[in-house]
Amino acid sequence: MVMVIGLEGSANKIGVGIIQDGKVLSNPRRTYITPPGQGFIPHDTAKHHQAHVLEVLQEALAEAGADPQDVDAIAFTKGPGMAAPLISVAVVARTISQLWNKPLIAVNHCIGHIEMGRLVTGAENPTVLYVSGGNTQIIAYLERKYRIFGETIDLAVGNCLDRFARILMLSNDPSPGYNIEQMAKKGKKYLPLPYCVKGMDVSFSGILSYLEERANKLLKTQQYTKADLCFSLQETVFAMLVETTERAMAHCGSQEVLICGGVGCNIRLQEMMGKMCEERGAKLYATDESFCIDNGAMIAQAGYLMYNSGLTTPLSDTWVTQRFRTDDVPVTWRE
Amino acid sequence: MLNGMDRELVTQGAEGRLYATEWLGHSVIVKHRFSKQYRHPDLDIYITNERMKAEARALTRCRSYGIKTPAVYDVDFNKSEIVLEKFTDSVTIRNFIYETVKNKLTMDSPVMLNMAERIGKLLVKMHSNNIIHGDLTTSNMLLVPPYDLSDIILIDFGLSSVDERAEDKAVDLYVLERAILSTHPNTEHFVAHLLATYENTGGESARDVIKRLNEVRLRGRKKLCFG
Repeated sequence: MVMVIGLEGSANKIGVGIIQDGKVLSNPRRTYITPPGQGFIPHDTAKHHQAHVLEVLQEALAEAGADPQDVDAIAFTKGPGMAAPLISVAVVARTISQLWNKPLIAVNHCIGHIEMGRLVTGAENPTVLYVSGGNTQIIAYLERKYRIFGETIDLAVGNCLDRFARILMLSNDPSPGYNIEQMAKKGKKYLPLPYCVKGMDVSFSGILSYLEERANKLLKTQQYTKADLCFSLQETVFAMLVETTERAMAHCGSQEVLICGGVGCNIRLQEMMGKMCEERGAKLYATDESFCIDNGAMIAQAGYLMYNSGLTTPLSDTWVTQRFRTDDVPVTWRE
Repeated sequence: MLNGMDRELVTQGAEGRLYATEWLGHSVIVKHRFSKQYRHPDLDIYITNERMKAEARALTRCRSYGIKTPAVYDVDFNKSEIVLEKFTDSVTIRNFIYETVKNKLTMDSPVMLNMAERIGKLLVKMHSNNIIHGDLTTSNMLLVPPYDLSDIILIDFGLSSVDERAEDKAVDLYVLERAILSTHPNTEHFVAHLLATYENTGGESARDVIKRLNEVRLRGRKKLCFG
């Protein structure tokens, strides 16, 4: 029995999860929510994490019924992410590692999402669409690397949605993307928006600029409602994501798709991806918000796989980094 | 059914289904861009028509410059079908590389480097005529027997455009570079050789494209990702 605790705080969520041999024992988290119209600033986000990390840690241990001495290793997010929040969490990981005398494992955040998705859904070797506030990548596994076949060449899709929510002054509680999704359900009138696919890559900056320039005027003249704009935005950006995922699948000969990352819990995106899969006899794997959105268990799970393949990180290498590519990590735990 | 003939599903690509059939005595491939149920109908019709137009134009344009592509026999916007010349026994460069590597030939062998050169020269020719492919991958390049001497046949021009700017040509090469590196391990030298050929045979404008490519590689949040 191997038990790994994982600490995640690369963006506006602080989470601690405990995994034992593929079982999630606990996975509490807190989210830093800013007022409508505002994003989260690294400094303030770090303060939020610092204020809550110990209570979340205690909650994780209590809920799992685990004693620190039961833990075999401590996994934490090395990157990518915002520097100040990453550092705040890494400090806690290093401290408990020395207090409890347990090894550390530095985990790539994106790999955490992929491995958690594989664990929860049972997907064997999927083409992965990883979509969140900071990331948009289409990934497939090949020869000991998660290789990036397609990605955004500018904004992440979640960032595009978040920033549009700010234009409309939608609430950030529980997340701007969730509120766009709810609004979009009431949308009827489709506004054609720029559609930008380059091979397996996508670009969202043009769509955002287009809406930034026109949204308020379209609303004022009552040509479109807020719901119509949310609907049109979702339909356009998700169609781009599904199309490029399909391109990657056709290119790799893959018959499985896994959606992960915060935007991945959007039901409309899952529905569209599901239809695409149906049309080509493929299978879709998706998870709900508890595992799509950043959480501690995903870092614990990636850490668990690394630990079992013999990897730990010496204290001197437990620095964090804002830039850390998915394809920089040697995948020692898969054939 | 097409012209009363039976047709056989060959494969389902990313953009549509490919059928093999006969057309006025020719062996042809019918590419059917079926309506994608996941897309909003307005968006679906718009994209399907734009892609069909782009594909038919670019295929014909390429041929007029001596770049080998399937001949376009018919374009039917009502059925969203395009009838294309079929190349018997063709393989994608992707599968050719897989087979070659399986037979223990490395990506740095003369056969492979020669292939890289031929791709580089072909892209110079295409770009010097301002044709942007838009989705260059090793799946979108075909070889016919004998494979190691074959002309390279370019297919799948749905994302193509006509543009003279170095920017669009650089992004075209960037898409190809990424596709090769992610699909085929240990191809760093192969890609470098391909791009060097492009740069050295394409004159001034090719040098500008490569210069731009170096900027495209560094751009945006490509190397920065969090969330």
